[in-house]
Amino acid sequence: MTKQQANWSPYDNNGGTCVAIAGADYCVIAADTRMSTGYSILTRDYSKIIQLADKSVMASSGFQADVRALQKVLAARHLIYQHQHNKQMSCPAMAQLLSNTLYFKRFFPYYAFNVLGGLDSEGKGCVFTYDAVGSYERVGYSAQGSGATLITPFLDNQLKSPSPLLLPAKDAVTPLSEIEAIDLVKTCFASATERDIYTGDKVEMLVLNASGIRREFMELRKD
Amino acid sequence: MSRFEESAPARGGFSFDLCKRNEMLVQKGLKPSSYLKTGTTIVGLVFQDGVILGADTRATEGPIVADKNCEKIHYMAPNIYCCGAGTAADTEAVTDMVSSQLKLHRFHTGRESRVVTALTLLKSHLFSYQGHVSAALVLGGVDVTGPHLHTIYPHGSTDTLPFATMGSGSLAAMAIFESKYREGLTRDEGVKLVAEAICSGIFNDLGSGSNVDVCVITKGKREYLRNYMLPNPRTYVSEKGYSFSKKTEVLLTKITPLRELVEVIEGGDAMEE
Repeated sequence: MTKQQANWSPYDNNGGTCVAIAGADYCVIAADTRMSTGYSILTRDYSKIIQLADKSVMASSGFQADVRALQKVLAARHLIYQHQHNKQMSCPAMAQLLSNTLYFKRFFPYYAFNVLGGLDSEGKGCVFTYDAVGSYERVGYSAQGSGATLITPFLDNQLKSPSPLLLPAKDAVTPLSEIEAIDLVKTCFASATERDIYTGDKVEMLVLNASGIRREFMELRKD
Repeated sequence: MSRFEESAPARGGFSFDLCKRNEMLVQKGLKPSSYLKTGTTIVGLVFQDGVILGADTRATEGPIVADKNCEKIHYMAPNIYCCGAGTAADTEAVTDMVSSQLKLHRFHTGRESRVVTALTLLKSHLFSYQGHVSAALVLGGVDVTGPHLHTIYPHGSTDTLPFATMGSGSLAAMAIFESKYREGLTRDEGVKLVAEAICSGIFNDLGSGSNVDVCVITKGKREYLRNYMLPNPRTYVSEKGYSFSKKTEVLLTKITPLRELVEVIEGGDAMEE
């Protein structure tokens, strides 16, 4: 009996790592800028971070073609929201919209691993972390993508977050200052680049706080 | 007779005892274990008065870097070295095995080893295992008949070339060689070209990375330039550093002698060897 089914897959994995950290009055969202497939680098300068609204930013790794399609849907839905409500969507609202958009394709998912960061209506930092089919949770920090397995235990060690089961609910934000959080993100990426072949080239960091939004870059290993 | 064969000690070669068992386990759904593969860039070229070999120093296990500074240029004989790509254990074992056979051969003949001898030993071993010993090699050396450079594939086929590349970064490295190699390079030109080819692999192939190792072999002399280049230093180190803040909790400092609490039988039977 010869093989009957096609050997083709609609998915690819373009690698890359995303990290987000929420503080009391800021949020840092970061991702490396390498896009690769197999053992090849496609580009060393690809932004995985997109600003979806004034105070919500999404970083995505996985299959970048799916990520682009997802970003397009979210941009369109946000435009409709603005026309209907005459305001920008809040970060927690965008978080729910992202979840719904992902779950809508439950049986042919977007191969995208997202972290959504931003500021909530009180100006507090917020991070939402997702799986590919829309399960999400508000957390104090999160890592997604090829380097997540290396970074997550390090963040767990440095930023012990309170259990989500505790009552009354504790704040998920981290106790670090903005400068300390950026320093921690830089360390995370420099370390992940040492051991993960799909992370490297540069790290792009977006910092949201009361005074607006700021973008930073840092060079990483290029091998 | 068959009982005798089963109990006879192994006399070299591989043991296939567990093949049947492992086949059964795989059929029952066990995932076969993965091996350390050196997704690699290795190169070699012939220059004016000898051979130059080069290698990167990254060893990978899937997407993870297992070793950031491993050695891929193996010793075969004082005048022969060999770069290895493929499964790390295989390249190491096969080069060690042939290296010891070469040394015995030198004691027997009282002559310097020849590169073709190493080549024949390597290829006949690899051929007899039909590609299951996954070693892809670049063999180079200078002997009484002059400089030689060969590539050996895992199935046992060989090439004799003026310049050669192997491993996952072979295409990136060959691009450099094909555009810049010429006959009669000087030592310094050769080393520079080899380093450039390895760097091409390091930066363009995700299976290769970290540093450049070079080995220059000329008549009666060899220079092993370990970490000839270090083009990938760490890009960021936090100023404050990191530490584990929580100290070990001291529960008890009193020492309780256990001798008084248990019954000890002196001079019992000595334990069997």
